[in-house]
Amino acid sequence: MGERPAEIRIHDFEEVDLGLSHDEAVAEAERCLQCKKPLCVKGCPVGIDIPGFVHQVAEGNFPAAARSLKDQNMLPAICGRVCPQETQCEGVCVLGNKETPIRIGALERFVADWERQNNPTLPDVARPTGKRVAVVGSGPAGLTAAADLARAGHAVTIFESLHEAGGVLAYGIPAFRLPKDIVRAEIEQVLALGVRLKKNHLVGMSVGLDELLGYDAVFLATGAGLPAFMGIPGENLNGVYSANEFLTRVNLMHADAFPEYDTPVLHAGRVAVIGGGNVAMDAARVARRLGAKVYLIYRRGEEEMPARRAEVVHAKEEGIEFLTCTNPIRILGKGGVTGIECVKMSLCEMDASGRRSPEPIEGSGFTLDVDMVIQAIGTSPNPLLVSLIPGLERGRKGNVVVDKNGRTSIPHVYAGGDIATGAATVIEAMGTAKRAAAAINAMLKGE
Amino acid sequence: MYRIESAARLADRVYEYWIHAPHVARHARAGQFLIVRLHEKGERIPLTISAARGDAVRVIFMTVGKTTEELATLQAGESIMDVAGPLGRPSEIGNYGTCCVVGGGVGIASTPPIAAELKRAGNHVIGIIGARSADLLILEDEMREICDELYITTDDGSRGVHGFASDVLKRLLEERTIDRVWIIGPAIMMKVTSAVTAPAGVKTYVSLNPIMVDGTGMCGSCRVSVGGETKFACVDGPEFDAHQVDFDNLMQRQRIYTSQEKTAFERFAEHRCRCGEGGEQHG
Repeated sequence: MGERPAEIRIHDFEEVDLGLSHDEAVAEAERCLQCKKPLCVKGCPVGIDIPGFVHQVAEGNFPAAARSLKDQNMLPAICGRVCPQETQCEGVCVLGNKETPIRIGALERFVADWERQNNPTLPDVARPTGKRVAVVGSGPAGLTAAADLARAGHAVTIFESLHEAGGVLAYGIPAFRLPKDIVRAEIEQVLALGVRLKKNHLVGMSVGLDELLGYDAVFLATGAGLPAFMGIPGENLNGVYSANEFLTRVNLMHADAFPEYDTPVLHAGRVAVIGGGNVAMDAARVARRLGAKVYLIYRRGEEEMPARRAEVVHAKEEGIEFLTCTNPIRILGKGGVTGIECVKMSLCEMDASGRRSPEPIEGSGFTLDVDMVIQAIGTSPNPLLVSLIPGLERGRKGNVVVDKNGRTSIPHVYAGGDIATGAATVIEAMGTAKRAAAAINAMLKGE
Repeated sequence: MYRIESAARLADRVYEYWIHAPHVARHARAGQFLIVRLHEKGERIPLTISAARGDAVRVIFMTVGKTTEELATLQAGESIMDVAGPLGRPSEIGNYGTCCVVGGGVGIASTPPIAAELKRAGNHVIGIIGARSADLLILEDEMREICDELYITTDDGSRGVHGFASDVLKRLLEERTIDRVWIIGPAIMMKVTSAVTAPAGVKTYVSLNPIMVDGTGMCGSCRVSVGGETKFACVDGPEFDAHQVDFDNLMQRQRIYTSQEKTAFERFAEHRCRCGEGGEQHG
């Protein structure tokens, strides 16, 4: 497996990671010890039979490997690319104790890509049950629940407010980490199970609550789309973006190809991205590809960044300059952005007791000359629909309160993904969706 | 795809389209908007819902840039790729007594549904519609039908009162009690006109039109400062208390993409020119 060199990839949005070749995949799979009690499966939020599919890869039986993957996960090409395997399946692989763990993510990606290029087959779909299920939101959670429920024979309709399905897979994750034709192809596979997709439908607005609650079951997967702003002066200057807006303009609306595409995005010479998560890395790397010198400002140390290590490394390779233990206090400018005022933070690194509270160091203030600021400091559950549903219990952060099977305070209404958990990973969202889909299926069968 | 049922030109650069969009039409309320994307490469732009009838919605827009120019080239029977909505909170309709609904320029498009719902709620409804000149005045008959009283102003005096809508509003406020005011028009017009109602402390709503992308509260492009707090016009508005709105920031943020908008428009105009000369044809 190789990666495209940083000096080349910063000029385009093509994929960074090139994936495994046929021979590399087989050789990698042959390293698997085929543990009797595989820890990797426990480390997988959607419970893929990892030793099973890896064994099939080792035998060169890729169609069988693809079927094994799709049995639990209809989005393997996506997960193979964006799952944090290092903290999940690969993190618990026993080979990791002595050498390197099996590269399960790379193998998953290889199998999914192989299958997409060689006549994908669909899992079996049960006979129609006559039950109707509404899924709200077509992100990772919505797609996963829809697939499982359709396979169980229920008539599933997904409502999506945007003009394209995929949620964060479409608008959030840039093409150089997750090519959009791959997202579309895997969504097509879910729809091929008989799932109906209604785009441009904002439930609660375009679809009445009576209509929604009239379904035999409802799965809410509206995500954590509400962007947080820091609340510092200068935030409404032209040239200050939420990461959501910046990424949506480029990933979903193709503003990088303006004016061929109609949506514009500002092109800045010097950009400050605030935050230390995967979204901050994505925003920084997109800004870099639009030609900017990019600073990444994070109030803690690099070790504390919630982003995947690989993304931190990629960002650095691409020339993103990290300003850690640094906090912005004011955005400067008149009309447009001219700079950002920051302070250095003490106690910014983790101590033995966990995360300490960083505090500003007096007299450490400095100004960075930038003409764009992107805030990637997190998102919270989208309140739009869930605040409209009478009797739906919500937590302090606006999330929908659910039990371990995704049940909400309303009997036939379930929720999963970020709207229930708060902002998390693609695969965690899919895990909650699978559990909820199983519970919905049991309810609809009267079990 | 959403079919255009009818397309008409109401005035210079002002068009009225009825679009088949049942999911929007059946749920639309006064004060709400929709978002269109014309085609695969299009941008998402918000347009006020000016009326809804059966499964169709009416939008009235002025050609101000590439997307609206392109929309204006579409004929009845052709289709728009995406229509999402209704979006935003509906107007705060209630039985307040006497209400005044003021529309400026193409902003008049938003006034009939608000005036009609206020009327249905039992209010005495006064309409004031103003334009630069008589030929730019739209929906006069429709507003006359809905309102108990209708005043017309033109900047050049070619029809109705010679002056601004704010002049008439000011006079009315001096003469009698007005309980609620709605003002919809260009940002500068809303700023100036709402200043008239501030001294009398009359609760006044304005419908803000910042740049949007998704229209569902996800991106924050449309954030506006209201009473010192940041609000998203798409989900917290588009109507806000006029006397709390930072209009200068709104107008500043409306200009973010001025140079890109010019590029896109020039490119489109050039393309259209070539078509007119019998060269490349629209696909």
